[in-house]
Amino acid sequence: MRRLLPVVLLAIIFVAPEAAHAARISELSDSTMAERALRFLTFQDPSLRNALAGSMLLGICCGLMGAFLVVRKMALMGDALSHAVLPGVALGFLWNMTKDPLAIFVGATLSGLLGAGTVQLIRHTTRHKEDAALGFVLASFFGVGICLFTMIQNIPGGNKSGLDKFMFGQAAALSQGDVLLLAAVTVLAAGAVLLFYKEYTLTSFDTGFARSLGMPVQFFHYSLMLLLAFAIVSSLQAVGVVLVSAMLVIPASTAFLLTDRFGLMLLLAAIFGLCSGAIGSFFSFVGRNLPTGPFMVLAAASLFAGALLLGPRHGILSRWWRQRSRSARIRRENTLKAIYQVLEDDGFRREAAGVSELAERRRETREEAMRQIASVRKSGFVTALGDAVSFTPKGWQRACEIVRNHRLWELYLTNAAHIAADHVHEDAEVIEHVLGEEIVLKLEKRLNYARRDPHGKLIPGLKDIRMGRASRRPSRATGFGPDISPV
Amino acid sequence: MTESSPSPAPLEIHDLTVAYHKKPVLYGIDLNIPRGSLIGIIGPNGAGKSTLIKAVMGLLPVSSGWIKVFGKPYKENFHRVGYVPQRESVDWDFPVSVMDVVLMGRYGHLRLAQRPTKQDREIAKDCLEKVNLLPFAGRQISNLSGGQQQRVFLARALAQDSDLYLMDEPFVGVDAATEEAIITLLRELKSRGKTLLVVHHDLAGAREYFDRLILLNMRLVAFGPTQEVFTPEILQTTYGGRLTILSDVAQTLGAQP
Repeated sequence: MRRLLPVVLLAIIFVAPEAAHAARISELSDSTMAERALRFLTFQDPSLRNALAGSMLLGICCGLMGAFLVVRKMALMGDALSHAVLPGVALGFLWNMTKDPLAIFVGATLSGLLGAGTVQLIRHTTRHKEDAALGFVLASFFGVGICLFTMIQNIPGGNKSGLDKFMFGQAAALSQGDVLLLAAVTVLAAGAVLLFYKEYTLTSFDTGFARSLGMPVQFFHYSLMLLLAFAIVSSLQAVGVVLVSAMLVIPASTAFLLTDRFGLMLLLAAIFGLCSGAIGSFFSFVGRNLPTGPFMVLAAASLFAGALLLGPRHGILSRWWRQRSRSARIRRENTLKAIYQVLEDDGFRREAAGVSELAERRRETREEAMRQIASVRKSGFVTALGDAVSFTPKGWQRACEIVRNHRLWELYLTNAAHIAADHVHEDAEVIEHVLGEEIVLKLEKRLNYARRDPHGKLIPGLKDIRMGRASRRPSRATGFGPDISPV
Repeated sequence: MTESSPSPAPLEIHDLTVAYHKKPVLYGIDLNIPRGSLIGIIGPNGAGKSTLIKAVMGLLPVSSGWIKVFGKPYKENFHRVGYVPQRESVDWDFPVSVMDVVLMGRYGHLRLAQRPTKQDREIAKDCLEKVNLLPFAGRQISNLSGGQQQRVFLARALAQDSDLYLMDEPFVGVDAATEEAIITLLRELKSRGKTLLVVHHDLAGAREYFDRLILLNMRLVAFGPTQEVFTPEILQTTYGGRLTILSDVAQTLGAQP
């Protein structure tokens, strides 16, 4: 969250001068930013308490519903639905020319459901797929909504204050009634998800199977859509029509980056939604009643970026780290292999290989070879005395394993896959680092415990490597092992 | 083999016709499946094999005819039917674990809003053990090979503890050794009096695995014990090209508004 601060502050600096004369509700325009932050954090304003509670509630219910949209691959449905409610908001206002929360709620929900129904109608009666249907509904309903809003502005009379907030959202404009409505919707959504967790999960994951169990799949689908519409409609005033879909999709996507469990994903999505809502309303307040929606979305997007970067499993950093440690391991293993080969060329008569021999073998500079040796030495695979490098028991075992993997794979490719002997080396260079013990056992069996690779070199066997690595004389029969008891 | 048991047949289908988008894909199917048999459904692509088992479970609307499961409409007996859908029918990136999916097999035994009990978990564990996937119980399902995913679905069906199993291509993407293990499992179910209908695409395997075969190509070509119906003539009729006029008519019907 700290990382987010400079970004948002920067945004405030750019937007603030313009907003200063645009500030309408605020009678605090004379106070400084720090004072306003203090007021926010001490909850002095009752209107602020409404704004904060509302923002957090909407974060929770949008997060929960969004999690379903994300796993059902219906993210765009949220976008279409949120735009489709706009005509309903206008009609709800026209009902008695005032901003009555209930009338607007009913109008917006009906209009949203009409939009969802239109999507279904287009999908089933024309050759269009869902994307085109969603695009059509989103744009056309939004267009109708804008027309109605313009009309309302031109009608004289009526209490139109706050109606403009539906576009970009203003948490400060939330009334007590709005917050109560939000609380009711959140409790309803959370209760339904908690109670029917099993049913909602199965119908989202495997519809066919759910139906084969006699589950009322349609009921669960439409009840979810209805809850979604409720969530969108009750959040409209605080986030705005344009950005409410972001509060559905972003916290849920963030949660999806962090977990493989649906239950935890729902919880995380609700938490991220809550945080985004709180942060959004904070900056909106500090920035003299700037529109709340954009700040909430910025907060949610920053959380998403954080998860993308720092997530333990799917995060970019951890992936990069794993990649890095893997290439380091491969480099170490290649060094061990080179030492083995140098010793093998000499019939294992010596215990130590020279640095220059290794450099020559790997076609590297001496400095490069020194660096590699330092790395394997740090891992406890070799000891170095001056220029002479010799294996520790652990290093000897690992080197044998790598050489064995390489040669077994070469043999397997030539014998079983009938690939020419001079084609197999490159492939084995890669495979040698990833073969597990189980596969090695299978390979050995498949190749009848062969002892020679396609190039006539000896293959160290799995048993030989495990047993008697201490005090063994170089055996001509198996090709292993000088006496390598550590110095 | 005519079973004169007093209990009704696991599956009875009479004059079933199924249409997809007004286009008929199955015509006038009559079937009477005896209890305790392992039956393969074979036929060329587009013959309506999957359609047949989906229609049985009411996943597709039936144009005409009727289906009875243990003597009653499917809706009244769904708890006696286990289902293995095609592997591609779900999104494997869905955030659930192997254990979660197998537990879904128990949902048919649970009331609305009831959570799986400890006993359900034990059953699910046993089923995972049977398909040799217990060590993978906690894994997210996309971290499995195709054959393992297929076995997860099989374990889920086992957890349903049903009397009639409908399986849609359970051998796709499964290696030979696993296929053998699955067949052993299916035979064991059969010996316990279960009835299994398996959509299968490989003719050689079909002859070896199943006691009876349903040969399908938009209509029922033959149904009977494998050695009786696995004949060159019947196979030729089943696979020897579509019935061109039949599918032409179907096209015409489908094209009508």
